[in-house]
Amino acid sequence: MISRLRAIAKKELKQLIRDTRMLFVIFSFPVLLLVIFGYAVNFDVQNIQLGVYDQERSDISREFINSLTSSSYFKVTKTISNYEDIKQTLDKKDAQVVLVLPKDFSHNFFSAKEPAIIQFLIDGVDGNSASIIQNYVNSAVYTFNLKYQKQIVARYGKSLQIPIDLQPIFWFNPDLETTKFLIPGLIALILIVSAVITVALTLVREKEKGTIEQINVSSITTIELLLGKSLPYLIVALINASLILLAGYVMFGVVVKGNYLLLFMSTLIFLFACTSMGILASVISDSQQVAFTIATFVSLLPSVILSGFIFPIDSMPIAVQILTNITPAKFFIVVLRAIILRGAGLEAFWTQLLYLILFSSILLGLATIINKKKTEFNR
Amino acid sequence: MMNSITINNLTKRFGNFTSVDSISFDVKEGEIFGFLGANGAGKTTTIKMLCGILSPTEGDALVAGFSIKKEPNKVKLNIGYMSQRFSLYNDLTVEENINFFGGIYGLNGSRLLERKQWVLKIANLNGKENLLTASLPGGIKQRLALGTAVIHRPKIVFLDEPTSGVDPISRRNFWDLIHNLSSDGITVFVTTHYLEEAEFCNNIILINAGKLIAEGSSKELKTNYLKNDLYEIECSNVVDALEILEVQNFVEETSIFGNNIHISVNRNFSSTQQIESVLLSNKDIKISRVNKIVPTLEDVFIHLLERDKK
Ligand SMILES: Nc1ncnc2c1ncn2[C@@H]1O[C@H](COP(=O)(O)OP(=O)(O)OP(=O)(O)O)[C@@H](O)[C@H]1O
Ligand SMILES: [Mg+2]
Repeated sequence: MISRLRAIAKKELKQLIRDTRMLFVIFSFPVLLLVIFGYAVNFDVQNIQLGVYDQERSDISREFINSLTSSSYFKVTKTISNYEDIKQTLDKKDAQVVLVLPKDFSHNFFSAKEPAIIQFLIDGVDGNSASIIQNYVNSAVYTFNLKYQKQIVARYGKSLQIPIDLQPIFWFNPDLETTKFLIPGLIALILIVSAVITVALTLVREKEKGTIEQINVSSITTIELLLGKSLPYLIVALINASLILLAGYVMFGVVVKGNYLLLFMSTLIFLFACTSMGILASVISDSQQVAFTIATFVSLLPSVILSGFIFPIDSMPIAVQILTNITPAKFFIVVLRAIILRGAGLEAFWTQLLYLILFSSILLGLATIINKKKTEFNR
Repeated sequence: MMNSITINNLTKRFGNFTSVDSISFDVKEGEIFGFLGANGAGKTTTIKMLCGILSPTEGDALVAGFSIKKEPNKVKLNIGYMSQRFSLYNDLTVEENINFFGGIYGLNGSRLLERKQWVLKIANLNGKENLLTASLPGGIKQRLALGTAVIHRPKIVFLDEPTSGVDPISRRNFWDLIHNLSSDGITVFVTTHYLEEAEFCNNIILINAGKLIAEGSSKELKTNYLKNDLYEIECSNVVDALEILEVQNFVEETSIFGNNIHISVNRNFSSTQQIESVLLSNKDIKISRVNKIVPTLEDVFIHLLERDKK
């Protein structure tokens, strides 16, 4: 078993190493993507134009506004005094986001019974910026809450009612550094896309050239073939992951707070899930073109939209939230953010890893069954 | 002698198109078996079924004693296969190709080493292990492909048009190799388009449109299937001559062979003068030669295929 698997893997690796053009693409593309994306994202989000409609004008409301503007991410460009003005402000693009603080803001804030309800109206035309702004807002509110929660508890001795009601989604990255925050998502995205596509092409290439027949007629089993094919790409993707992380450090100062071994193991598990996706795509397809299309589609789209990379999963409809489980990126992003940004240990994300292992096994099992069906019956 | 392959009503349909139509025949152990047929006759389809990589729609075959339907994996352990499409990896070196094929057949250590030496020897590639396969001449590549196909010492080897597109000398050398395998006791099942190669086979099957239309040794085919005498005519203006001959009552069949005409004659035929006199009725035709010939396999096959058409 091992010797046949090794024969396949060795051959695949040799072919890959000889294909210098492919190697160049594999290793340069991800880093390039990271740089482009990273800077694009970085530039986009500075100096968000903030309109403020503070109905109460209390100390605490002013302090909340200050907490937003003290970072370089928000800048008050408009002060609003009635509701009609809000619409105008957004229509005329005098602000990208309007904050409304109600009259009872301070009352509810300190009441420890009902949370203070505040409103953010975000210009949704540019969906991408909108969700980034939303992420900022969430983080800012949470940071603010955190700061006051202890004071309130100390003063009233009451339970930990959240002063302002906004779901805390990003409770790490408190200093609101988007780039750092987005890097894990980017890493996951780039890795999954490159791994799935490269693997997807391997088996189908042999189908096109006809060399697969020679393999099928040998005593090799399907699982040996599929694992042997994935293995070299797994190694390549691991090297890629290190390169991206290095680029992340050099370009954007992203430092891994957590354990490197843990990071390595988690990445390996994630990449295994990716190569399993690629193998499945390769097994289903009969031409490189089809395989490429399927691989791009299943790796890129869900990883951007459903992974929580840009759009927070918690704010999606329930049905869509369930759907997010189809992308391994979702789970890896949680793990990466935990390890890189928070320095968390295994206890914080072992369920994610478990899911990834389950995911890989199911996909690989499926690929094995389909490949057997396709080769042993009808060509 | 034992049968190495026993085929029973083997049929393959793709949708409602029948590619192989209920063929049955036996292949004896250690023989060189020629499997002939025109393009699209169903040769590759049959071979794939016999190799256990394509399942038959109907019928079955025993290959090395195992049913291709029920135990395709056991079949695979006992056979080698050189596919019609080129099977080596051009971007690997000679040695890497050998290691790979040895590896997927589970060879390693000293066994792999020994077989590697053997493959290098039969392909004439000693000392050239590190050459990229893409850079090898076609004839050598084919020998290497054959070597890798039998690296695990199978009992039977299937060769699907192994000599197509190779120069005559390389083809000759390749057939020497096939003979060597056969004398080592390996059954060689081979398809080819070159009928002069079929003469090297112990037994031959001819299929057309998926159906078996003739079987036997080359000698048997010539005597059993071609009852009529055969004449070869060398003349000018072949097309006109053919037109004249086709309608004569002493002529059964006509065909063009290179620059010559072959005709088979029936009971109404008396002597070669008959041929000469009808042809000379046309002033443009100059006859240089008319003589009786021993039929080649090609004559037999053309006869059979013509008969099949009717
Ligand atoms: N997977 C398939 N689906 C549909 N038709 C097929 C399939 N494979 C083969 N055929 C058809 O079956 C017929 C026999 O094909 P096959 O390849 O066996 O012929 P062959 O005798 O090997 O021809 P050649 O000398 O050109 O190699 C052809 O008409 C071919 O188009
Ligand atoms: Mg063929």
